[in-house]
Amino acid sequence: MSIYLQLFISFFKLGLLMFGGGYAMLPLLEHEIVDKKGWINNEELLDMYALAQCTPGVIAVNTATKTGYKIKGVLGAVCSTVGVVMPSLIIVVIISTMLESFAAIKEVQSVLSGIRVAACAMMVVTLIKLGKAGIKDWIGAVIFAAVFAASVFFGVSPVWLVLAAIFAGIFSGRSKEKRGENRE
Amino acid sequence: MNDFLMMCWEFFKAGLFAIGGGVVTLPFFNTMAEKYDWFTTRDVADMIAISEATPGPFGINMATFAGYKAYGIIGSVAGVFSLVLPSFVIIIIVSKFLDRFSENKYVKYAFFGLRPAVCGLVLNAWISIARVALVHPENLAAGKLPEFFNIPAIVLFAIIFFCSYKFKKLPPAIWIGVGAICGLLFL
Repeated sequence: MSIYLQLFISFFKLGLLMFGGGYAMLPLLEHEIVDKKGWINNEELLDMYALAQCTPGVIAVNTATKTGYKIKGVLGAVCSTVGVVMPSLIIVVIISTMLESFAAIKEVQSVLSGIRVAACAMMVVTLIKLGKAGIKDWIGAVIFAAVFAASVFFGVSPVWLVLAAIFAGIFSGRSKEKRGENRE
Repeated sequence: MNDFLMMCWEFFKAGLFAIGGGVVTLPFFNTMAEKYDWFTTRDVADMIAISEATPGPFGINMATFAGYKAYGIIGSVAGVFSLVLPSFVIIIIVSKFLDRFSENKYVKYAFFGLRPAVCGLVLNAWISIARVALVHPENLAAGKLPEFFNIPAIVLFAIIFFCSYKFKKLPPAIWIGVGAICGLLFL
């Protein structure tokens, strides 16, 4: 079987089996491309994962792109990326079509309301995780509060807030570094 | 600009600026709901529910659903393509030219600022979802405070939050299932 087809199938399987965010992907990915296919080793996998997290976009898709590229260049990246995205496209389109026809049914609405509440609760858990990892000192707390206020009260676009946060991070990193040099 | 191309452009921007994973696409979809008439904030709440309940990366499920709401099947394919394109190009470039990108000093510094900012953005997105899932904002406007709170939903929220926080190891699908069943019975 051609390597391109194998890449597509492996990542299609991953897209089909994973639920939720990109973090859920790591064990599945390890099983499929490290243990079973032997395309890369564990250390390379962690490197890829680190890259996938610090580049924009969906982590699972980034990991797929990076793995495909490493194994078979741009065409490999296309195969793995399309593979990981495909199950979502098919399944969600089918569900959206069904939802359109069944949305008027009261029971469907009730189930959906329940799932909405569950998703809302799970998002709080995600937020706590993000907060613990992200807000570690007063500068972090100030950036958090400023971004929150700017988006809630002034409706500033997330694009500008993300850019501003990158600059704030680099600026504070630089000044921390300078202070460190002075002490030495 | 043509409305369809505008949608692709907005999805492209979301793919380019949502740094930190699929959940960070949420504030972008929320902003789109407020700015354009492709879908409403209520639809976004449904999208989150569906995206959590179906397999696949969360951000891609969101983009598929959002694109479908806006322009049907063509919309979902174009939406996912536009969302994935920027990161695809960036990863190829970074892999080719910047060998140790994730260990670069400035990339690390940028994340000092990005991580807390992402919390603020996602918190804002969460509030819009909670307004749909947990309360009836229209009753507050009408001055009926007791009817403002959707009590059964808030109780269910508290229970699922407590359990999913306590038992982090369990797969999220369980809580979606609990939500679906309780929704059918009580909501």
